[in-house]
Amino acid sequence: MKCLRCPKQATYHITEVLPEDRFEEVHLCEDCAKKYLVEPHKKAAPGKATDVPEPAEEVFAGPTCESCGLSYLEFRNHGRFGCAHDYDAFKGELLPLLESIHGDVRHVGKTPRRLPRTQGEQVELATLRRRLQQLVTEENYEEAARVRDRIKELEAS
Amino acid sequence: MNLDSLLPNLGEWLRGTGPESDVVVSTRVRLARNLADLPFATRATAAHKAEVITRAKEALAKSDTQHKLEYTDIPSMAVLDRQFLVERQLISRELAGGLDGPRGVAFDPTETASVMVNEEDHLRLQVLRSGFALDEAWQDIDRLDDALEQRLSYAFHTQFGYLTACPTNVGTGMRASVMLHLPALGLTKQIDKVFRALQKINLAVRGLHGEGSRAFGDLYQISNHVTLGKNEAKILGEIREVIVTILQYERQARNAIVKERRQAEHDRVARAIGTLGSATMITAEETMELLSAVRLGIHLHLLDSIPVTAVNQLFIHTQSAHLQKLAGHTLDGEERNSARAKYLKAKLRELGSHK
Repeated sequence: MKCLRCPKQATYHITEVLPEDRFEEVHLCEDCAKKYLVEPHKKAAPGKATDVPEPAEEVFAGPTCESCGLSYLEFRNHGRFGCAHDYDAFKGELLPLLESIHGDVRHVGKTPRRLPRTQGEQVELATLRRRLQQLVTEENYEEAARVRDRIKELEAS
Repeated sequence: MNLDSLLPNLGEWLRGTGPESDVVVSTRVRLARNLADLPFATRATAAHKAEVITRAKEALAKSDTQHKLEYTDIPSMAVLDRQFLVERQLISRELAGGLDGPRGVAFDPTETASVMVNEEDHLRLQVLRSGFALDEAWQDIDRLDDALEQRLSYAFHTQFGYLTACPTNVGTGMRASVMLHLPALGLTKQIDKVFRALQKINLAVRGLHGEGSRAFGDLYQISNHVTLGKNEAKILGEIREVIVTILQYERQARNAIVKERRQAEHDRVARAIGTLGSATMITAEETMELLSAVRLGIHLHLLDSIPVTAVNQLFIHTQSAHLQKLAGHTLDGEERNSARAKYLKAKLRELGSHK
């Protein structure tokens, strides 16, 4: 079977589960599949969008990472980062992408045990900011005020 | 490393025991980790990759890990041996053949823990457990991760967490997946409904060999999609909740089959054994489909002569690289189909079930 997007052999067979009892089978070669899997999912589109060539993206190379030389455009084309510094180099462009993949832009899980103290504080800060958001949603203003004070304290230090 | 010593074993994931093993084949947790100061795979030179290997080997050798992991190089390994490790779920298809340059894998003799080096990320840690064992697998891999982290500087970002080559893994870098055998949901045509429900809560369903593979033999892997914004415990809890529900549905469907059409199911299982024991040419796919019926037959008590472990052995030994390792030489497609049929016939006769 041929790849839907290029003449190569399709080796990835992805079944997209769409709303209303519909499925869509997408057959792609390895390269196209890698791109496909990081694209934000277009769930609602009822027609087949996969065999239509992508509309020419605006020629916007975006920032380039000083450390590995990767440009944001190259990242978008291949879906892979070149080094750890890309996350900061492309931060502005990355936030909406991460939001669409994960529905969030902030890590809350495990942290390396060897993390320096200052970074540890930053992690606490991140956790507190989330907590604050949650407390405000829950309308727990008393606790929210306490968390806000602690955030100010950390930000000042 | 001589891989032949692994051949008679089933490996951890096919041990066939573990919690809820009538439905849950195995549990796997993997962590993606990168070294802070070296470029990721797409920008790395062979020298960079060699440096990753040197550091990983040293960390593995000096760390006091619960599992003794032994490193082996992939590029110098025969293609058949690489395929063999893919079939045993120790390495990915990409590490076996899709990638270039220095790369390898370290794993322990029980095949519970493995670390792929220079796959998409510098390190891909994996722990496999038989049955439904998310917490145990997490504790295991968390310890392994801590041990390695004492000697390696991971790429970690205060906002984004563990940095990975692909943005779909950033954050925890964790993918937890549970492999389920769901033949009754398939037979009663409820499987699509289950998958639609999963999609809604952002869990992914994949076939036996992970991303992009088709589901064969009613085996499905359910895994988390999101890695950023939720901690590991929460992600594991969400998967657990869903698996428990699917377990109930599958068992209900199995009970319904026994109640409403026991005779027809008994016939289907007997025919599956008949085909497995008398075919002279058989593909891997057909073997998996038939073994799925046999496995269900065992759990429905329609069969008593075959233990589940025997089905697992037939399952792994009839995969292409295993067959060729057993034969001692390479076989082309047709030869494999005939060798597979011969192997099944002999094994089933040995089990005394094929009369």
